[in-house]
Amino acid sequence: MTLRDLRPGESGTILGFEPSAAINRLMEMGMVPGSQVHVVRLAPFGDPIDLKVRDYHLSIRKSEAALIRISRQEG
Amino acid sequence: MRVALCGNPNVGKTTLFNQLTGLRQRVANFPGVTVERKAGTLAGAPHVEVVDLPGTYSLTPRSIDERIAYEVLVGRLEKEPDVVVCVLDAGNLERNLYVVTQVIDLGLPVIVALNMMDVAEENGLAVDASALENDLGVPVVPITASRGEGIDELKKCILNPPEPAQVYRWQLMDAVDAKIPALIKRLAEEAPHVKPMHLRMEVLRALAEEEALDAWRLGAPEFVNRIEALQEEFAKRGIAWRHAEVSGRYAWIGPIAQRASRRVSGPATLSDRIDAVFTHRVAGPLCFLLILVCVFEAVFSWAIPAMDLIEAGVAALAGIVHSVLPAGWVTDLLTDGIVIGVGNVVVFLPQILLLFFFLGIMEDSGYMARSAFIMDRLMKRVGLSGGSVLPLLSSYACAIPGIMAARTLDSERDRLITIMVAPLMSCSARLPVYTLFIAAFLPTGKLLGVFGYQGLAMFSMYMMGTIMAFVAAAILKRLVFKGPASYFVMELPPYRRPRLRQLFWRMYQRSKVFAVRAGKIILGCSIALWFLASFPRTEISPEATQIEELAIQERNREYAAAQALAPGRDLTVATDSLLLVDSTLANALDLTARADAKYTAALDSANIIRQSTQIRESAIGHLGRILEPVMQPLGFDWKISAGLVSAFAAREVIVSTLGIIYSVGDAEGGVALRDALKADKYPDGRPVFTPLVAMSLLVFFVFALQCMSTLAIARRETNTWRWPMVMWLYMTVLAYLASLLVYQGGLLLGFS
Ligand SMILES: Nc1nc2c(ncn2[C@@H]2O[C@H](COP(=O)(O)OP(=O)(O)O)[C@@H](O)[C@H]2O)c(=O)[nH]1
Ligand SMILES: [Mg+2]
Repeated sequence: MTLRDLRPGESGTILGFEPSAAINRLMEMGMVPGSQVHVVRLAPFGDPIDLKVRDYHLSIRKSEAALIRISRQEG
Repeated sequence: MRVALCGNPNVGKTTLFNQLTGLRQRVANFPGVTVERKAGTLAGAPHVEVVDLPGTYSLTPRSIDERIAYEVLVGRLEKEPDVVVCVLDAGNLERNLYVVTQVIDLGLPVIVALNMMDVAEENGLAVDASALENDLGVPVVPITASRGEGIDELKKCILNPPEPAQVYRWQLMDAVDAKIPALIKRLAEEAPHVKPMHLRMEVLRALAEEEALDAWRLGAPEFVNRIEALQEEFAKRGIAWRHAEVSGRYAWIGPIAQRASRRVSGPATLSDRIDAVFTHRVAGPLCFLLILVCVFEAVFSWAIPAMDLIEAGVAALAGIVHSVLPAGWVTDLLTDGIVIGVGNVVVFLPQILLLFFFLGIMEDSGYMARSAFIMDRLMKRVGLSGGSVLPLLSSYACAIPGIMAARTLDSERDRLITIMVAPLMSCSARLPVYTLFIAAFLPTGKLLGVFGYQGLAMFSMYMMGTIMAFVAAAILKRLVFKGPASYFVMELPPYRRPRLRQLFWRMYQRSKVFAVRAGKIILGCSIALWFLASFPRTEISPEATQIEELAIQERNREYAAAQALAPGRDLTVATDSLLLVDSTLANALDLTARADAKYTAALDSANIIRQSTQIRESAIGHLGRILEPVMQPLGFDWKISAGLVSAFAAREVIVSTLGIIYSVGDAEGGVALRDALKADKYPDGRPVFTPLVAMSLLVFFVFALQCMSTLAIARRETNTWRWPMVMWLYMTVLAYLASLLVYQGGLLLGFS
């Protein structure tokens, strides 16, 4: 599954990426394989997403979220 | 000695810079780009220069801001700094430390300034600077830049800089690490100009980034071949080479950050609670709208009176200069060319200052990022991102601050597109033109008894401009600024209380940029236009001379009549006490006074006729007649065409130009001018101005770029004349075609 499939309030662990120009920037911002992401909320019009990564808020579009493979964290 | 401040955006670099330098700073541009180079000397140590670098998340640059920071640090733009102060937000160590590890690897002396200690404390975060110092191997100074705490310790540290790091402390995954030394050797042979300290960084970047690899294709082809071979090999063995560097760095950073900062209390910060409202599904957009309404209300209700005052002041100044200096064209140049030209610059300042004030608050508080977050979905439709919202909305007041605000955009392409379409948003300078023609030519009735036609017309002017701006953006994106799809990765920084001093200081600096840099161009254009309107000289105007002669005769006659009433008395001196005792004298004086008034009025109208003749016979008048055949399909006669030429510099000028041409001596576009416009006829008796002509002219004004200030600032912000020229051309063509469509379409539909 990808980050796009997470609903607000859910968390996941990054497994890997689909190739894209955005990936290197995402990794530099702290989203490396193994790190945790929490979906805080969607923007009022449904896109982009507000994520919590390494204890700060990062906003990416759903199209980018779809490039990030994750495993959902239960609980 | 030179000290560079670097770090992520929004961590307080500029605040620290202001603390370190006081007001001893100079703002210039980095060569060839529009990124500001803020430099100053260290307070108490004039031999130390401090440079405030643009914010950057990594040394692999992805925007011009980041490229500048990177090029300064590696010594490509200017000599590399002697010391680098990395500013960190203590509340967010992990991401902040990433770029620090890269800077340390450059082999420069690094000091870490651990900023925002106050916020960390408030949020219940205990940050241990000495643990961080031990782990990183560089000095760490905790500071609170906004309160000036820790600045002295930091200064001491800067004056006794540490030794640069000699070893790499983080681990690359073994499979990749094993291949690096050979590649470094290869690159060193093929590109001997690369500094030894930078070789490893270049190799790692070439491995991970397409563009970086491509950049070596010419200079180091064998190196490129080896990298590509290696990538293939890694791919076969299933090694994640693309992640190697970033993962390695974060693997080192993670534990360090964990050791250094410990959360003492609960996780919901004030910032998160504010966000629950400002980015709420319903409340978020409402707040955004409310904030916008307030800002615009403030800009219009505060700036417009100030602008009127400035205009009155400029006119008064011109009047004084006129009355002090001898009459002649040099005086006219001084008053009508230079004073008015300077006025054209100054008159924008109230709006610019106010908009910068509000934009500054949004930027410093962190709301700017939220507005982009809220609006991104809508802006994506036209190929822009949420960041373009505020620059474009500011342009409703004035395109100049809008264009300057586009600096906050990360993507250079989005920034250029935003600049190119910003002038399509109807700015406040169009308002006097809209008002004049709508009030003069549109019916006052109401549609369906609710919406006034005039109000509807005004609204549609704004809508037309806005829709066209979005259409133009979409077209520009498709045709002109092509390229790989951009992405949207934006930090939502914690909310912070803006500091007024810093806000005012930046307002002052940005306005200075406008007044000084754009001012020169604007002044030049004003003078040029004055020459066009004043030459060739037509000193003689038979009509005016005749009026003057008649006026003199009339006055002489009335004086004689008055003298006959009071023979032998001197009518040129009069005092009130005399009036009381001698009623014949009072009557005589009354007569002369009335004669004087009539005479002055006659001279005024002669003067207006003279001005009117002058502009008719001037280069602008001729240009108007030359343009008439081209403009006729839009319904414009030579007078409107001349008005459009004169309005090249500033739109609102057309109102006063028409005032002069129609000899109504009314620069405000009041009733007299309206009546004159309505009364004007072609030789065959058709009216010059019909509602259809007025509509066509209005549409022209919606789309045409008649504002040299905008061109001047676009020149400055894009650093070339190319984009302002393209902007002017496409908008003029657009205006022409739209007017043509309105006028010819209107004629076909049977309107007149
Ligand atoms: N509470 C607090 N706010 C700070 C501190 N330093 C900077 N700020 C605020 O953080 C915001 C961004 O600061 P700025 O210097 O523009 O950051 P830059 O983008 O790194 O140059 C501003 O609103 C500052 O007033 C600090 O030490 N404590
Ligand atoms: Mg700054």
